[in-house]
Amino acid sequence: MMEFDTIAAISTPSGEGAIAIVRLSGPEAVAIANRLFRAPGSKALADQASHTIHYGHIEDPATKEIAEEVMVALMRAPKTFTREDVVEINCHGGIVSVNRVLSLALRAGARLAEPGEFTKRAFLNGRIDLSQAEAVMDLIRAKTDRAMDVALTQMEGRLSRLISSLRQALLESIAQMEVNIDYPEYDDVEEMTRPMMLEKAQWVQSEIAKLLQTSQQGKILREGLSTVIIGRPNVGKSSLLNSLVQENKAIVTEIAGTTRDIIEEYVNVRGVPLRLVDTAGIRETEDIVERIGVERSRKVLKEADLILYVLNYAEKLTEEDLLLFEAVRDMNYIVVINKTDLPQQIDLDQVKELTSDTRLVTTSLIEEEGIDQLEEAIAELFFEGEIEAGDMTYVSNVRHISLLHQAHQTISDAISAAEMDVPVDMIQIDVTRTWEILGEIIGDTADDGLLNQLFSQFCLGK
Amino acid sequence: MPQYEAGTFDVIVVGAGHAGAEAALASARMGAKTLVLTMNLDMIAFMPCNPSIGGPAKGIVVREIDAMGGAMGRVIDKTHIQMRMLNTAKGPAVRALRAQADKVLYQQEMKRLMEEQENLSLHQGIAEELIVEDGEVKGLITQVGGIYRAETVVITTGTFLRGEIIIGDLRYSSGPNHQQPSIKLAENLEQLGFETVRFKTGTPPRINSNSIDYSKTEIQPGDDVPRAFSFETTEFIMDQMPCWLTYTTSETHQIIDENLHLSPMYSGMAKGTGPRYCPSIEDKIVRFSDKPRHQIFLEPEGRSTREVYVQGLSTSLPEHVQRKLLESIPGLEKADMMRSGYAIEYDAIVPTQLWPTLESKQLTNLYTAGQINGTSGYEEAAGQGLMAGINAAAKVLGKEEVILSRSDAYIGVLIDDLVTKGTSEPYRLLTSRAEYRLLLRHDNADLRLTELGYQLGMITEERYARFLEKKDHIEDEIKRLRGIIIKPNEQTQEAIRNAGGSELKDGIRAADLLKRPEMNYDMIASLTESDIALSDEVKEQVEIHVKYEGYIEKSLQQVDKLKKMENKKIPENIDYDAISGLATEARGKLKEVQPLSIAQATRISGVNPADISILLVYIEQGRIAKV
Repeated sequence: MMEFDTIAAISTPSGEGAIAIVRLSGPEAVAIANRLFRAPGSKALADQASHTIHYGHIEDPATKEIAEEVMVALMRAPKTFTREDVVEINCHGGIVSVNRVLSLALRAGARLAEPGEFTKRAFLNGRIDLSQAEAVMDLIRAKTDRAMDVALTQMEGRLSRLISSLRQALLESIAQMEVNIDYPEYDDVEEMTRPMMLEKAQWVQSEIAKLLQTSQQGKILREGLSTVIIGRPNVGKSSLLNSLVQENKAIVTEIAGTTRDIIEEYVNVRGVPLRLVDTAGIRETEDIVERIGVERSRKVLKEADLILYVLNYAEKLTEEDLLLFEAVRDMNYIVVINKTDLPQQIDLDQVKELTSDTRLVTTSLIEEEGIDQLEEAIAELFFEGEIEAGDMTYVSNVRHISLLHQAHQTISDAISAAEMDVPVDMIQIDVTRTWEILGEIIGDTADDGLLNQLFSQFCLGK
Repeated sequence: MPQYEAGTFDVIVVGAGHAGAEAALASARMGAKTLVLTMNLDMIAFMPCNPSIGGPAKGIVVREIDAMGGAMGRVIDKTHIQMRMLNTAKGPAVRALRAQADKVLYQQEMKRLMEEQENLSLHQGIAEELIVEDGEVKGLITQVGGIYRAETVVITTGTFLRGEIIIGDLRYSSGPNHQQPSIKLAENLEQLGFETVRFKTGTPPRINSNSIDYSKTEIQPGDDVPRAFSFETTEFIMDQMPCWLTYTTSETHQIIDENLHLSPMYSGMAKGTGPRYCPSIEDKIVRFSDKPRHQIFLEPEGRSTREVYVQGLSTSLPEHVQRKLLESIPGLEKADMMRSGYAIEYDAIVPTQLWPTLESKQLTNLYTAGQINGTSGYEEAAGQGLMAGINAAAKVLGKEEVILSRSDAYIGVLIDDLVTKGTSEPYRLLTSRAEYRLLLRHDNADLRLTELGYQLGMITEERYARFLEKKDHIEDEIKRLRGIIIKPNEQTQEAIRNAGGSELKDGIRAADLLKRPEMNYDMIASLTESDIALSDEVKEQVEIHVKYEGYIEKSLQQVDKLKKMENKKIPENIDYDAISGLATEARGKLKEVQPLSIAQATRISGVNPADISILLVYIEQGRIAKV
C-alpha cells in the first residue's frame, strides 16, 4: 500500500560517507522516531517544536541497547520536502550503523520506501512543479528496475531456494486446509489438525529464526567479531594479542572523534574477522579490569561477541580466576591455558569442570605452540551448525531482514493461536500471511499458486 | 418474417435460470417495469446438474443474496429435502449451509414468486437479435418477430450459447438437458464484437432409486435442528430425506482404463476448457491413478420422483460404458440408468469485457450475468444475476450504480475476479478466493448487506425494523460484557473449572473471560445478571465478535487500506498510451481491463508496483492540471 503509510529509507548515497541519513516521511514519522530516540534529560521528541534538531541516541526498544549516536532533525508538515511529517536521523557510524537504525525504524512501523517514493510523495502533495512529473516517472521506472536487478542478484542461490522450500511447505498445509473447508465431505483428504499445523509452523519459525541469525552473522562479517582478551596479570594476554596480530594481517584503527581512546585491531582468523577490543589497554597495563575499572570492564565484556580467557598453566587457580569464570558465564568464550612450557601447577580437572562444554585450548605462546588449535576453535565457534565457511549465505538486505522479521512475527502468532485452541482456519490466516510475506522476499506474488496447488495435490469434484 | 411491436419495458432479462430469475425479481422489486423472456416457461430456475444449493462459499453467497432481498434463499428454504450446516467443527468464518433441493418444487416456487411479483412479466420466446443504435442497446427481436424495446437488457443465457452435448463419439447441438441451444443470439453477439471462449462442463447419470441396494451404502442424513438460508424464514422443514455414500471399485477403474479411447476428453472430440474442481470420473482416474477408490454420493432429486443423482460420476463416456460403470459400484449393481451423463460445450464471453456493474464496456445498457460470463454454479449465477438486475434497474431509475467490494461480500469477490482477472476455466467460488473471509461470514450476511438492500427498496419495512433491533441488541450486549467485571467467587470458579479452564486470580471483564477458548456465551451469561432475553442469532454474533476480536481487528485494518486504494479513482477517459514509463504488458492489461480504481488496478496480473506508482503520478498530474 502506498501514499498513506510512513516510509523510511537511507537517503544518502551508499558508500562510506562521513554522515548518513535515515529519512522518515508520513503520518507516523514522528511517533516512530520517538519510539527509538533517547535524549537524556530533555523532553520526548514528539513534544519538541517543528524544525528543530536534537542530540541523542537511537535505542533498540526491545533490548534497550544503544544502536547509534545521532542528531535528529524534526520537521512537521506541511513545510517539508514531502509536505508530510519528516524526521531525518543523522548517523555517524558508517553504513553498518545506518542500516541498523533503518532496520529499527522498519521494525517500529515504517515501511521501506520504494525507489523514488520520497520524490513521488513530494510531487503528489503538490510540492514539485508540474513540469517535473515526467522526470519523476522516469526516475521511478529506472530506480525500480535497478533495485530489482540488485535484489535478484542477492536472491541467487541458497537463500532463494530456502525461502521457496519454506513457502512450498506452508502452501501444502494451506491447500490441505482449504480443501478441508471447501470440500468438507471428502473423506480421502486428511483433516488438518492443530498439532500438524503447529509442527509445521514451528519448523518454519525455527528456519526463519536461523535466517535472521545469519543476518546477525552478516553483520558480524562486516563489522568483525568483537573480541576481548581477559585474564589475571602476567598470564600472557599481550603475547596472545601479538601472536594473533602477527599471524594475521592486522589493521590498526584508532577510533577518532570519541572520548574513549580505545584502540581496536582487526584480524582475520580463518575467515572470521575479529575486532580485538582495548588492545591499547592490554599493551599498557596488561589488565583491562585494572585499567578501566570493574564497571566498565563488565560493560565491555557484555558487549563482546567473543571472550578469550587466558589462564596460567604454571599456577594454581586463584580467587580472581574464579570471579572471572563467574563473569563470563553464559557468554561465548574460549579458555586458553598458556605457558605449557612451564611445569604444571593448574588443576586441569577443575578447569574442565568450570568450563563444562566450552572450548579449551592449551598453548605455549613463547614456543609458538597451540595457536593453530586456538584459531581452529575460534572458527568452529563461529561457523558452528550448518553454516560452513566459504559458503556463507546470509541475509544482509535490509528489506529482506525486515520482511523476515514480519514473517517471524506472523508465524509466531499462528503458533500461539494453535497452542490456544483457536480454530484451524483462523490459525491459517497467519500462516497464509507468512506465506505471502515470504513471497515478497523472493518477488513471487503470483496469486494463483494456491489454486494450482489445490487442484494438483487433491482429487476433487463432483 | 413480419415483425411486430411486442411491448416496451424498462428492463428486459433474457433467460430465466438462476441468474435471470434474480435479475428480474431485483429489477421489478426496485420498481422498474421488467420483462423476462425465456425459451421455455417450464424450465424456470431449473437445476441441470446437482440437485443442491449452498456449500462453502456458495452457501454464503445465498445468504448474501437473501440479505439484499433476493429470492434464492427463501425458495430453497421452502423446497429442500435436506439441509446441513458444514464445517461446524471449524471456525465461524468457514461455516456454510447446504441444502438438497426438490428440483421440481424449487422451479415451481421460483416461478410462482416471479408470477406474483409486481412490475414483472414472464414471456416465452427466443431472443435472436439485439436492437443496437449508436452503440447502445435498445431492445431485442424474438424468433417470431416480436420487437421488445427497453432501456437496459440483461442477458443470462447460461450454457445455451452454441451449446453442444457430447457423449462418446456423439456430438450434437443442444442446450443443457437436451433443450434447444441458442445459436442466433450467439452469432449476433459475435457480430457485435464480443470476444468469446469455449468452456465445457459435465453431469453424471441419473438412476432409479428402486434399483439401488442401499444396504451396501452409508447413510448421510441432514441436520436434525432447524436450519434456513433466509433471514425471513420462520417455518422449517424437519421431515428430511437422506443422501447415501458409496465408492468406486478397482473394477470401475479398469472399465475406464479399457474405454478411455472412447472418452471425448481423450479422443480429442471435446475441445472446451473444463473446470479443474469438477473433473469427470475419467479425469480423476487418469490424473490420480494411485487412488484406489473415489466417493460416490447418491442424491435424491426430490420427493415426487425416484430419480437419483450420482454425484462423483460425471462422465461423457458412451452410454453403454456408463451402464457398465454403474454396475461396478457397490449398491448400484442393478442400477436402472434413467438418463446418461454427458459433457456440454458452450460459448462464454470473456468477462474482462464487463464493468464491475456487469455492464458491457462496448455496448452500453447491455448487462450479462451467470454462466455466460464464464462462471459455474447456481449460486454464482444468482449472485451475478442479482447485481446485474440491480444495476440495470438503477440505470433506468436514475439511481447510483452498486458495486460490492471484496470486503463487502463473496459476490464482490466473484465479480471483481471476473472483470479484473478474467478466467481461464469455468469459475467457481472457493473460500480461498476471499482475502477477508473472516469478515464475509455466513452468520453476518445481514449485518453486511441488509442496509444496502433496504436502500435499494428490496427489503420490507417490517424486516428492516427487525434487522435494526437485532443490530442494537448485539451492540448493547457487547458493550455490557465489556463493562461488567466478573469476580472470582465460588460460583465463577466452579463454572470455569467445569469448563476445564484455570481459575481466576482477580476480577475480569466478562468480555475478556469470554475470549478464553473454553468459555462460551451462555456460560458468561449465566455469570452475569441480565434481564434481556436475546435470540440465538444475537448471542452468536456477540460470541463471535468478542472471541475473535483480535483477528477481526486485523482484517478490518487491511480493509481500511483497501478502501483508501478504492477511493483513488481512475478517470474514465484516461489515455494509457499517453502515460510514459508504463511497461508494455501493463499498458496492454490496463487498456483491456480499464480499472475504475487504483485498488482494482493493483489486482491485474502483469501490472507491477512501479506501474501503479506511475499511474498515480499521472492521475495526480491531471488533477493538478485541471485546478
